[in-house]
Amino acid sequence: MAYDKFNILTSTAVPLPLENVDTDQIIPARFLKATERKGFGDNLFRDWRYNGDDTPKEDFVLNNPIYSGKILVGGKNFGSGSSREHAAWAVYDYGFRCVVSSFFADIFKNNCLNIGVLPVQVSPEFSEQIFNAIYEDANTEIEVNLQEQTITIKSTGAQESFDINSYKKENMLNGFDDIDYLQNMKGEIETFANGLML
Amino acid sequence: MSKTLFDKVWDSHVVRKIEGGPDVFFIDRHFIHEVTSPVAFLGLKNRGMNVMYPERTFATADHNTPTINQHLPVEDPLSANQLKALEDNSNEYGISHWGLGHKKNGIVHVVGPENGITFPGATIVCGDSHTSTHGAFGAIAFGIGTSEVEMVLSTQCIMQPKPKKMRINVNGQLGKGVTPKDVALYIISKLTTSGATGYFVEYAGDVFENMTMEGRMTVCNLSIEMGARGGMIAPDKTTFEYLKDKPLSPKGEAWDAAVAQWETLKTEEGATFDKELTFLASDIEPMITYGTNPGMGIGISNNIPDADTIEGGVATYKKSLDYMGYQENDSMLGKKIDYVFLGSCTNGRIEDFRAFASIVKGKQKADHVTAWLVPGSHEVEDKIKEEGILDIITEAGFVLRQPGCSACLAMNDDKIPAGKYAVSTSNRNFEGRQGPGSRTLLASPLVAAAAAVTGVVTDPRDLL
Repeated sequence: MAYDKFNILTSTAVPLPLENVDTDQIIPARFLKATERKGFGDNLFRDWRYNGDDTPKEDFVLNNPIYSGKILVGGKNFGSGSSREHAAWAVYDYGFRCVVSSFFADIFKNNCLNIGVLPVQVSPEFSEQIFNAIYEDANTEIEVNLQEQTITIKSTGAQESFDINSYKKENMLNGFDDIDYLQNMKGEIETFANGLML
Repeated sequence: MSKTLFDKVWDSHVVRKIEGGPDVFFIDRHFIHEVTSPVAFLGLKNRGMNVMYPERTFATADHNTPTINQHLPVEDPLSANQLKALEDNSNEYGISHWGLGHKKNGIVHVVGPENGITFPGATIVCGDSHTSTHGAFGAIAFGIGTSEVEMVLSTQCIMQPKPKKMRINVNGQLGKGVTPKDVALYIISKLTTSGATGYFVEYAGDVFENMTMEGRMTVCNLSIEMGARGGMIAPDKTTFEYLKDKPLSPKGEAWDAAVAQWETLKTEEGATFDKELTFLASDIEPMITYGTNPGMGIGISNNIPDADTIEGGVATYKKSLDYMGYQENDSMLGKKIDYVFLGSCTNGRIEDFRAFASIVKGKQKADHVTAWLVPGSHEVEDKIKEEGILDIITEAGFVLRQPGCSACLAMNDDKIPAGKYAVSTSNRNFEGRQGPGSRTLLASPLVAAAAAVTGVVTDPRDLL
């Protein structure tokens, strides 16, 4: 499933300054029973967002109307745990197109890149600056420029550059995915497979 | 240049290198289950693609299956629908399928090795992070997302940058009551849950050399809990003895040829790692977790650490203890527990049941404890019966359930109720992991057994 092109995203952001946010929090296992990729955003952060009786938990950031936007800013080691791509789907389906953290868990980061959500890893100091800027003014805009590989806090002008490998960058700029690439080299794969012992 | 075990297996599976990008990486064995595969098959259909090598993919139902009355129709319509989708997709594309009720059915990371699907030097993936288990055989094995499941189905490849390499040595001899699970929880408590992110781990040293395959699987299984994509152990005689005559292992001359090749799978003298850590076996005691990630573990006789001694966010730490209903400096010994779960891809193998039985033999389950004993596969279940373990646990007041992932992730009805404490042999103590509001204490089968008969957190060494 190829996805929307990603170039420059300018948006307000939602702050979630907790560390080690695992994919069981992003989407609990009991919501993984679907056989289609639909509606996962409704259960994003389900148990932090809702009480047992499905009433919203007032103190959770997604229920706070002053914060909104297409960028989710998380704490260190975001997305650890289970490999469930449903976590990335939930983030996407809710409306986020970019997740910012000072450190990402491996599989979650990969899954995001594979569905067109940009994971932006920043320094702990810059992460702190973003949180401060949002808490000072919830309307603070963050600009993520994939071509230039920069992230900017519009209100303060503070900027940092981020890493992404050139192959994935091209993919995201063009809305291509890995399957598009792999499909074009099946002959080469077949030759390789023929040389294997087991 | 000298190569590590990891280099040898990785480099021999690169179909194409992309400048400034990932490697196109060939996958020898692919496992699928009912939860992370349906959308991949949907993607395949939407793009009009076929499964390139159906004989390299193996399907088993495990995540979302009941562990009682498996002969009856699955009640929850959504779960039944997922199981049906796995069966239909497997049939449509010619993939071997061990569904609910099949004699080979069980947890994917238990049945794969049991049947000889896993082999040394293989590249193995599955839409499940505990695929790292198979690294115990000297394979590169790791979890992938559903988009990648679709890639493997359609092209038998995924695109991966080569991870950095870490070697973790544990030397010496483990003390009484200290199991492979404790070794893993100890390492994770030292590294934290992100300490090995970006790395692939090789485990080396006497402790792993002297470990059984079951033990090695437990250790490699937990690699992901320190952030590593996977972990592996060089194959040796123990590995080959385990695999010989397994249903899908090579036979006759093919076996000899395979072993000759597998014997070369070792890290060469002089090969370098990006990071190397060494621990002493004598420093490890039975472990237990007190918080909401697997890095929050301590030796069972220690107290819960002070927030000031913890690296990282104090707010996150306090939120975690608050969720658990624990205080800094509390002793874990003597804490009341409500549930015990023995099972999962971490500790659902025959050795784990032997260990559990060694403690509960001649004792009685504590009255207030609910215990779920869930074998990892029918083969494990059969051995439990053959070896007389079923009699021991039955006499002690326990009931054996049927194979599956069960309360490890609580997708089925095996959910720990809100607020209750479970000593669990599984792999994750995240908030709500075992059911909304559940509180998990990760530990070995010995610690679980000791808690099951005493009703409180107990040092198993006192009962051995």
